[in-house]
Amino acid sequence: MRLLSFLLLFVIGTPLVSFSQKDFQKKYQSLFILAESGDVIELPEGVFQLTNTLSLEGKKKVTIRGKGMNKTILSFKNQTDGAEGIRVSDGTEILLEGFTVQDAKGDAIKTMHVKGITFHDVKTEWTGTPGPANGGYGLYPVQCEGVVIDQCEAIGASDAGIYVGQSKDIVVKKSKAYHNVAGIEIENSLHAEVVDNEAWGNSGGILVFDLPDLVQKKGGQVKVHHNNIHDNNYVNFAPKGNVVASVPSGTGLMILATKEIEVFQNNIVNNQSAGTLIISYMTTGRPIKDKLYDPFPSAISIHDNVYERKIGLPVGTDPLAAILGKRFGENVPHIISDGIRNPTLLDAAGKWIAGQCISIVNNKGQSIANLDVQNNFKNINRADDSFKCEN
Amino acid sequence: MLRIVSIGIFCIVCLASFTIFQKKTYPDKLSEWNFFKGKLSDLSPAKEVVPYALNTPLFTDYAEKSRFVRLPSGKFVQYQSEGVLHFPEGTALIKTFYYSADFRNPGKNKNIIETRVLIKEQEEWKALSYVWNDDQTDAIREIAGDEKQVQFIDKAGNPQKVRYVIPNQNQCKGCHNVNDQMMPIGPSVAQLNGNVSYPSGIENQLKYWNQHGMMQNLPSFATIPKTAVWNDPLSGDLNARARAYLAINCAHCHRREGPAQTSGLFLTESETDITALGINKAPVAAGTGSGGRLVDIQARDANASILWYRMQTNNPGERMPELGRSLVHQEGLALIKEWINKMK
Repeated sequence: MRLLSFLLLFVIGTPLVSFSQKDFQKKYQSLFILAESGDVIELPEGVFQLTNTLSLEGKKKVTIRGKGMNKTILSFKNQTDGAEGIRVSDGTEILLEGFTVQDAKGDAIKTMHVKGITFHDVKTEWTGTPGPANGGYGLYPVQCEGVVIDQCEAIGASDAGIYVGQSKDIVVKKSKAYHNVAGIEIENSLHAEVVDNEAWGNSGGILVFDLPDLVQKKGGQVKVHHNNIHDNNYVNFAPKGNVVASVPSGTGLMILATKEIEVFQNNIVNNQSAGTLIISYMTTGRPIKDKLYDPFPSAISIHDNVYERKIGLPVGTDPLAAILGKRFGENVPHIISDGIRNPTLLDAAGKWIAGQCISIVNNKGQSIANLDVQNNFKNINRADDSFKCEN
Repeated sequence: MLRIVSIGIFCIVCLASFTIFQKKTYPDKLSEWNFFKGKLSDLSPAKEVVPYALNTPLFTDYAEKSRFVRLPSGKFVQYQSEGVLHFPEGTALIKTFYYSADFRNPGKNKNIIETRVLIKEQEEWKALSYVWNDDQTDAIREIAGDEKQVQFIDKAGNPQKVRYVIPNQNQCKGCHNVNDQMMPIGPSVAQLNGNVSYPSGIENQLKYWNQHGMMQNLPSFATIPKTAVWNDPLSGDLNARARAYLAINCAHCHRREGPAQTSGLFLTESETDITALGINKAPVAAGTGSGGRLVDIQARDANASILWYRMQTNNPGERMPELGRSLVHQEGLALIKEWINKMK
């Protein structure tokens, strides 16, 4: 028996357990620290338990490459230290590919101050039923330039699965985000393209936000196209206090206070509260103390998308769902605007000045509601044809 | 003649290679630095190694710290009223973390964990961590971090256990970071403006530095700023002590030039924008760290404040500071709680 188990250990155990889990942490952390320009750090196949953040700092042209997102799994289930799974900071041309970061106690992969950060074939995931104890962000580049997120997956984040914040020149493509509070979020970021992704089963599928009190103030120039944004009706499980806690469950695409956005040729289907929600920061009810902050969305074009939803009341417990349900019953319009426009961008007749309007045209199944938030929802009404630009 | 020339060439080559060697490598053992004389674990400073202390230090899981500075021979710092002093190239800051077996008997039966050496190079500071061996005879350089189980008796006589985490080289820069440059956190004149016990007696550090040629252009004492001692009410009022505590424990990241600039929460002592200080400020990317609370600081209600929540949790994804603590600093938490609860 003893011999048998010894043999079994030999046959099964040896190739995988060639070093202890603690040694794994140390070995790879050392490699991350000692990496030279041009190095590729290869992560082996298998499931590896880590107890502390793996961090890469001040490096140029370094690749961290696993054997594939379903083959190399870095599990942080027993993490005792560090606020994220992997952290990359102050770098240039960093490529992360072919691995999964699982069950990080905080954020899964945070990259900050990197010029040229690419995530390819990377998964971030919180296992089990999604809940507020899950970490905030999955793929989390912040204050980066030249961000590429390609063929990645993000699952179970209590804030946003794919979250690009305060960054410039961004492409998020061919990726999947599900069972997060927000699937994909572009926040206070400039010049982003979100294309060919699938966002489903989140509380909100894709968010484009501009928030106050941040270092990079103004986002914008965002293109959201050819995405499949469907069935984002998951209960919003974000811890209170976070801005995504106020994203109504059942939201497909949400635009908050951002400028110069084009949304086209997306499939926006069965998001039961709001296929697309366009609001100013006022509507969140949060105070604005940042004098440099512009809380209004403007210069937005939503065209050639496909909208569908099932007959039924809006989902979730957000006050907006209640308001929409009360006013529209089971036939909620697909596109919801709070009706608040930047007064400095209107002419004397109250029309948008050239190039600043919010245009919603040529969408399949298009229907629009104006919430009239300014007048406390008094004239909340259908406004199917009132978002055409004259200028 | 030929022989002299060849020796000369040899020496140039050896000097050159020595310079390259100097640039790229550091001693593997703490003893090789010669910071201390006699038995290493006594931490008795060698010549030109001078002890220093901060008025309000960073909390590191109740570890005790001894700090020394070594300026290159004949070099000095210029007085500057704000910020970390601009030390000359070649300066070493030497900080040792240890636990006394019984905190009621400090300094006796020390368990020395690590010594961190910050070296000022031409452009940048370098951080090196030396982990002490179990025999306490020397400390070995470690780049990838480590952890140690530590036991001690606290001031109230209760046994305590700590899983002390030695940060990896990158994590050093997680805190020691101004505009992505490695920087010391503590030694500003305001923090150094206090007394230290020297072999010659107790003296104000700045005066001592000035008298011993370590600092130049010291102005009249009345004009020198002084950081309050967080747990000494005689040193400053509640606000001054709380702000000093937040500055040293949080503001190395939570400042406009620091790694937490993305949060918009800035806790330096000089911050005057009350939103940036966190009052009624919504969090940006707190995730679960919000603890279900809506704002960083809710005046007069510590319980409803994310700042308080993140100080009192031990969850690595939520706790603040992110690094350097696995225990809650109960006394610091009490100070911040009182400060928030008594806000006007």
